[in-house]
Amino acid sequence: MKYQSQSVAKLYFIAAIGLFVGQIVFGLVMGLQYVWGDFLFPAIPFNVARMVHTNLLIVWLLFGFMGAGYYLIPEEAERELVSPKLAVVLFWIFLVAGALTILGYLLVPYAGLAKMTGNEYFPTMGREFLEQPTITKIGIVIVALGFLYNVGMTVIKGRKTVINMVMLTGLLGLAVMFLFSFYNPDNLVMDKYFWWWVVHLWVEGVWELILAGMLAFVLIKITGIDREVIEKWVYLIIALTLISGIIGTGHHYYWIGTPDYWKPLGSIFSALEPIPFFLMVIYAFNMVNRRRREHPNKAATLWALGTPVMAFLGAGVWGFLHTLAPVNYFTHGTQITASHGHMAFYGAYAMIVMAMISYAMPLLRGRAGANCQRAQLWEMWSFWLMTVAMVFITLFLTAAGVIQVWFQRYTENPEPFMVVQDKITIFYWLRELAGVIFFIGLICYIVSFFIKEDKPAKA
Amino acid sequence: MSEVFTKSTARNIYYGGSLFFVLLFLALTFDTVNRMPKHDHRQNLTQSVADGKRVWEENNCIGCHTLIGEGAYFAPELGNVYKRRGGDFIKAWIKSQPTRIPGRRQMPQFNLTEKQLDDMVAFLKWTGEIDTNNWPPNIEG
Repeated sequence: MKYQSQSVAKLYFIAAIGLFVGQIVFGLVMGLQYVWGDFLFPAIPFNVARMVHTNLLIVWLLFGFMGAGYYLIPEEAERELVSPKLAVVLFWIFLVAGALTILGYLLVPYAGLAKMTGNEYFPTMGREFLEQPTITKIGIVIVALGFLYNVGMTVIKGRKTVINMVMLTGLLGLAVMFLFSFYNPDNLVMDKYFWWWVVHLWVEGVWELILAGMLAFVLIKITGIDREVIEKWVYLIIALTLISGIIGTGHHYYWIGTPDYWKPLGSIFSALEPIPFFLMVIYAFNMVNRRRREHPNKAATLWALGTPVMAFLGAGVWGFLHTLAPVNYFTHGTQITASHGHMAFYGAYAMIVMAMISYAMPLLRGRAGANCQRAQLWEMWSFWLMTVAMVFITLFLTAAGVIQVWFQRYTENPEPFMVVQDKITIFYWLRELAGVIFFIGLICYIVSFFIKEDKPAKA
Repeated sequence: MSEVFTKSTARNIYYGGSLFFVLLFLALTFDTVNRMPKHDHRQNLTQSVADGKRVWEENNCIGCHTLIGEGAYFAPELGNVYKRRGGDFIKAWIKSQPTRIPGRRQMPQFNLTEKQLDDMVAFLKWTGEIDTNNWPPNIEG
């Protein structure tokens, strides 16, 4: 850590990890409800558990991105953050608002929460991933603006590197696209069209810029490769991301009441979406193979290599699997979608945040470059447990999805939803089992932070 | 690659490519929104349909069901439920929840008023009549 103000990142990273644990706990609850329908009913109905699961994911990733911003932007800009105090204040606002929202989901029926927060005056609730009360959404915008002011001014007053500009563009895009969450027309078709401007243009657009910025920063630090080389790759990757991903939004416009031309457009451009992820794999391995230093933080290197591989598989390959319109006609809104969603979010975003935390946390805690061997061993075990478990979650959901598509959509005598669900129970059990392994991996991850430092080991 | 393909080439592709595709996307959006009335039959979007959408949202139906394929995958697709089951069945079903059959997936009791139930049916009926390029493939959703 080169600048004192970078230390605010630590708060953000701790909150991110804490909320991640919550996300997985609710994931396990939902996984059980898939096979044991009345588990925890009526205390926590499925829709509430799901809302908590997905909203915690979004919020912990946002904490991770902001923490990454506060850590890497001052270091890249070669100056202190404009206002570390603002960063701390915004942290508490965001955490308290987030916690209150989650408690609201859990303690009050959703319709009651809508009433309490005046949804009738400015209705934005009740749409997937955007379930937050309008007041929470306004809070998110305020926190995002304060954050952007803080890191933006830091960049303006400091050195403007490619990583900083890409990071800032991504974060700005994140805030701008979120504004579409306030647009909720009565016309469902219009609603869906612009809902995707938040959801798709986040995860297959601007978030990938943040991912590219964070990965580049970690790679420069652990490999010592000249930043000119890294920057060229970054430009190429994000260029292909946006070239494919923007019109690639069309793969959501096949069946929602939009014109036919989205079928070829969405199919062609989203078929290109795996390419930037593939390049990211080549680039990360290339940089590490050509490294100019042996960084003591092996765990961070592992995360930095694992991220592009899993992002390529989850977002790239599993996305491609069901993105072509003739295929999507049968797979749309099935467990195939769920399988892709799980590995893509884990591979691209959960893992990059953990890569960043892995690199930065030892430095934030005043350790010399890296954690001790034993702590890194725990962390690497957690990497493999979580990653392999996620591969299996994805495979089991894919199997469930194929069977679901076959019986419910593809055969000549299609069967009702619940009849088909009963046929795939075994895969839901296996998925839950893989989920438990994932959770064990997560516990190892937490443990790795509590391993006491040995006396300085000789390398 | 290093000599021919320089960093500034990559940067230009990024800026040029992004700008071009952002503008193309905006143009396509403009066109889509203009053509949308033909597909979304907005002339039939009554106050009851609009109110029904609010009931749908404020009870977080999307947290279990899909609506035209988007949402959660825990419970049946409802974009075509009006065609599959009809309005009376939908109302009776919502009113009779939860089934409390041990081990089965449960839908909460939302205590909807008669007007809210009618609005919900109107919304689901209207949604079922959107031109969705023939999706879903069959009545089971």
